Amino acid sequence: MKAMTGPPSDRQLIDFVLREARLLDQQRLEDWLDLFAEDGHYWMPVEQGQTDPRLTTSLMYEDKLLLKIRIERLKGKSTYSQSPKSRCHHVLQMPQVDERNDEERHYVTWTPMHYVESRAEEQTLYAAWATHHLAMIDGALKIRLKRVDLVNCDAALGSIQLFL
Amino acid sequence: MIGKYRGNRQAISALVRETEIHRDLYLDQELFELEMEHLFANTWIYVGHESQVPKIGDYYATTIGTQPVIMVRHAEDGVKVFYNRCPHKGTRLTGETCGNTGRFFRCPYHAWTFRLDGSLAGVPLKTGYDGTGFAEGLAARGMTPVRHVHNYRGFVFGKLNDGGPGFDEFFGEALSSLDNMIDRSPVGKLEVAGGVLRYMHDCNWKMLVENQTDTCHPMIAHQSSAGTAIDVWQSAPAGAQKPMAVEIYAPFMSSYEFFQSMGIRVWDNGHGHTGVSHSIHSDYSAVPGYFEQMKAAYGEARAKAILDENRHNTVYFPNVMLKGPIQLLRLFKPVAANRTLVESWTFRLVGAPDMLLERTVTYNRLINAPTSVVGHDDLEIYERAQAGLASNGNEWVNVQRLYARDEPEQRNVVTDGTSEWQMRNQFRAWLKFMTMGL
Repeated sequence: MKAMTGPPSDRQLIDFVLREARLLDQQRLEDWLDLFAEDGHYWMPVEQGQTDPRLTTSLMYEDKLLLKIRIERLKGKSTYSQSPKSRCHHVLQMPQVDERNDEERHYVTWTPMHYVESRAEEQTLYAAWATHHLAMIDGALKIRLKRVDLVNCDAALGSIQLFL
Repeated sequence: MIGKYRGNRQAISALVRETEIHRDLYLDQELFELEMEHLFANTWIYVGHESQVPKIGDYYATTIGTQPVIMVRHAEDGVKVFYNRCPHKGTRLTGETCGNTGRFFRCPYHAWTFRLDGSLAGVPLKTGYDGTGFAEGLAARGMTPVRHVHNYRGFVFGKLNDGGPGFDEFFGEALSSLDNMIDRSPVGKLEVAGGVLRYMHDCNWKMLVENQTDTCHPMIAHQSSAGTAIDVWQSAPAGAQKPMAVEIYAPFMSSYEFFQSMGIRVWDNGHGHTGVSHSIHSDYSAVPGYFEQMKAAYGEARAKAILDENRHNTVYFPNVMLKGPIQLLRLFKPVAANRTLVESWTFRLVGAPDMLLERTVTYNRLINAPTSVVGHDDLEIYERAQAGLASNGNEWVNVQRLYARDEPEQRNVVTDGTSEWQMRNQFRAWLKFMTMGL
């Protein structure tokens, strides 16, 4: 993407979130990981309204290193849980820009979504709210934090192998 | 319909050979129901920890086998466990998993109320029962208690049947793993903390229990996750500090020799543990200030003895796995022959640094969550086993590794860390408690 000079428009923030989901659906996972800031995190809480990822466990709380492990693993020959492979599909509501701080180049969007993950004969539907904390770094938007709140985060879930 | 196994001691006994187990233990729904009636009723089943119900009126709803039960603090110094149903029409008394019910349980159907000791406190329009002999009936007795409840240093267990061994006889020396986990708190106290992870498995509960002392699978089944973690970390810049996550993942790739020499201890009644001399938890970084706290509490020699114990997985038969060094308890809740709910609970060492809890909840997230790559590795194997066992090519599962004919006579022994003795021990206990009283 071209380097941005001024602050991003709402449209650019929205397009960023839409493109992020598309990269996941197309499993362009290295490109997807590049969307994260170096200190970025992907967080999927296990409790509704959870505020702490450190002393309360989570479904996922991953920095770039852990996300990279996950992405490499999905490609691995001895990854039996990906034989056959999983596929995924996002349906997003139009993202809303909840916070805009042009001075600090910090932006927050809110995106309700449905997510389908399928593998072999199984297909499972999840509903969630995604909150993106975005920063403008060196002329590009980057993810500081992607928080995914599953509607049923505290239910007894089966395996979720890809990324919401 | 008359089944193959109900009331048939001979047929059940024929399923457990010295080194082979019949597939029906995993596939047959009738056997599953008999497990609930016998195995899960003749043994002491973990209910919960008393820190989940700290105040009078606090309750926690769970299951013993497939029986809905409720643990409640009825007095400052005591908890009780009841079957979770109204004696009137059977309505489950609680909606939430946990909460505070005040001084009474109140049924949402007809407002019958029960004191915290389970006794019937009130029935609306009670005159309608005058002269009916109500006082002599079952309903007037209130909530049905689980008859045998034992609180061991905060861990509450229940036994549904009058038969079966007493608490101390059932657990025997195996309680040393619980003791070690509790003693790791400088004040000798644990609290449930860090949230619970719940992961549904489409497989039989016993596959999970067996896997806890299966030390020949990590380097194979978890190569995809732990092996990749090591590979990715190796490409990190030189001198970078090893993250907690890598410290947790990497030991899963330890060699056969590592697991052989760690040893397995086998106890009576199906209990046992891996990691007699060392384990995958041995080499975690020290937590600043913790040893000083332990030394002040216990003295140096005792503190060292407590922390030098690095038991890997302790199986409390039938359905608990405990990790003392990281204060983690997994509960394998049977749902059906081909369905198991796995709950992974963590504990705070009261009085110890927060970093210990942080490591524990990190471990739980990385290894036990429905989103965990290590969890994905294992569940894939269980589900393939559940599917593969339907094959008529061979009806038996093999548990022969390092078998010796004189095993059944031996008690509380330490053996090679890759032995399947502990699995055989579990199946011997399975048979004992399945056929007890038949």
